[in-house]
Parts: sequence; structure tokens; C-alpha cells
Amino acid sequence: MKEVCFFAGAIGALGGAIAVIALRNAFYSVLALIVHLISLAGLFLLLQGEFIAAAQIVVYAGAVMVLYVFVAAYVGNVDEPLWEPIPGQRFIAPLLGIALFVELAIAITGSSLQSIDTQGPSVALGFGSPSAIGKLLLERFLIAFEAASLLLLVAAVGAVVLAGRHRGAVGGEASPQPENGVRVAREASPAAAPPEATS
Amino acid sequence: MDITWYLVLSAMLFAVGVAGVLIRRSPLVILLCLELMLNAGNLALLAFSRSLGNQDGQVFALIVMVIAACEVVVGLGIIVAAYRRRIPLNVDDLRSLRG
Repeated sequence: MKEVCFFAGAIGALGGAIAVIALRNAFYSVLALIVHLISLAGLFLLLQGEFIAAAQIVVYAGAVMVLYVFVAAYVGNVDEPLWEPIPGQRFIAPLLGIALFVELAIAITGSSLQSIDTQGPSVALGFGSPSAIGKLLLERFLIAFEAASLLLLVAAVGAVVLAGRHRGAVGGEASPQPENGVRVAREASPAAAPPEATS
Repeated sequence: MDITWYLVLSAMLFAVGVAGVLIRRSPLVILLCLELMLNAGNLALLAFSRSLGNQDGQVFALIVMVIAACEVVVGLGIIVAAYRRRIPLNVDDLRSLRG
């Protein structure tokens, strides 16, 4: 039973991954990545990572992918020209990928770790459950947890700064607001003069 | 299933992600390929966590997920900003930082 589940998940994950890089439309690539992520969540369940699997579906396949779908729809399809800066890039790159896989596979199967040739030790019932992971996060890995939350805050602020609408932005979305803002600034400038006079 | 199967599958997914970064030109798809590589790393982390019977690897995978979310948010912000300024979304053209 476990083998069937593993191969079903593996085929889904690998097929999704290959579809991500093979499909020409970016929107379809995003949808293929969702298939990949959900199959991977099944594999996480097989490895007894219940909380990670749930987080994978809720956070990744849910929230992050919605962001991707919106941006893919907003930007539209980017046409990739056939012109290549490095000749033969389309043929060399997959070869490099295959070479990397062979190298990693040799490293994995040739490693002297004995535990990877087993199914792993039998673990207690709560292994990977939300309560166990939460306890670890709030006790042993508290600093990492807080640093991650701070990083998320910084990333959110950075995204707003990057993607926010600027006044002087060159683009087709010019609104009447820039002139309004300039006028306001000009009117406000006499008011800003007195502090200079006092100094 | 032996843990080796999971590790080899993870290596395969990572190689697919690397090939995607090398082949594709659209920054959006390159971000997707980065996701593929991060998820391959997550799978390896969970496999090792299972093989050692230790839950620390799962916490590590969770933190990797947080980092991936941050990277996605900033990357997509850059893509949207570049699209607004009519900069061509092609990594071969995006060579100078001045835009």
C-alpha cells in the first residue's frame, strides 16, 4: 500500500515539475506547480510529517499559488524568443540537469549512511503532529521562529514598497493624482519656510 | 519504502528545477523553478527527519517554507514593478541594475 502511494505521489510530483518547465504558457506552469505541491504533500504524509503536509497545502498550494496566479494573469504571457545568447543552450541545459541528477544519485546511494536503506525507526504516535512541531518551535527553536516572523514582516513591507504605485512612475497607468500632489507640495512649501528662518 | 527512494526523488526534482532555471527566460517561471528546488530540499529534509526519527528536520522544513514565501513575495513585487515600468520581462534583457 505504501509503495502504491509513494509511486502515485512521485509520478504526480515529477510530472508536475516537468510540466512547470515544459509548458510555454506561464499560467499553465503555475497550475502544474499546484499539482506538484499537492502530490508532494502526499509524500510528506507518507514520511509522517502531518503538520508539514497541512502547511504545504494551506500555505503553499493555497496562499502562495494564489499570489502567483494573480501575477501571471496581471503580467500576461511573456513570449520567449527563440534567439539564444549562448548557442545550443536548449540542449546543453537539460544535459547539465541530468548530470547533476546522476551526481546527486551517486552521492546518495554511495553514502555510507546505514539509516537511509531502511524505512526509518519506529516512532511514537505523535511524530510530526501539530502539537509536537509547535512545542519544538516555541521551546527549542524560538529564536528561529521569531526571526522567521520578522523576516516575513520585512518581506511584506518590501513587497509593498516595490510593487506600490509611485507618483513618478513611467507607465500607462498615469492618473491625475501626480499633478495634484505637485500642487499640494508647492502650496505647502511656503509653510515650510518659517522653520528655516528661525534657525 | 526505503528512505533512499525519497532522496533519489528529491534529487530528481532538484535537477528538474535547475534545468528549468537554465532553460526558461521568463522571470516568473524562473521563480517557479526556484520553488521546485526548495521543495526538493524540503522533501530531503523530511526524509532525513524520518530516517533519524528526529523531528528537528520538520521544523527546518517549516522555516524553509517561510523563507520561500518571503522570496516569492519580493520576487513577484520586483516582477510587477518591472512590468509597470514597461521593462521587458526577459532575463536576457534584464542585465543592468539601472533598468
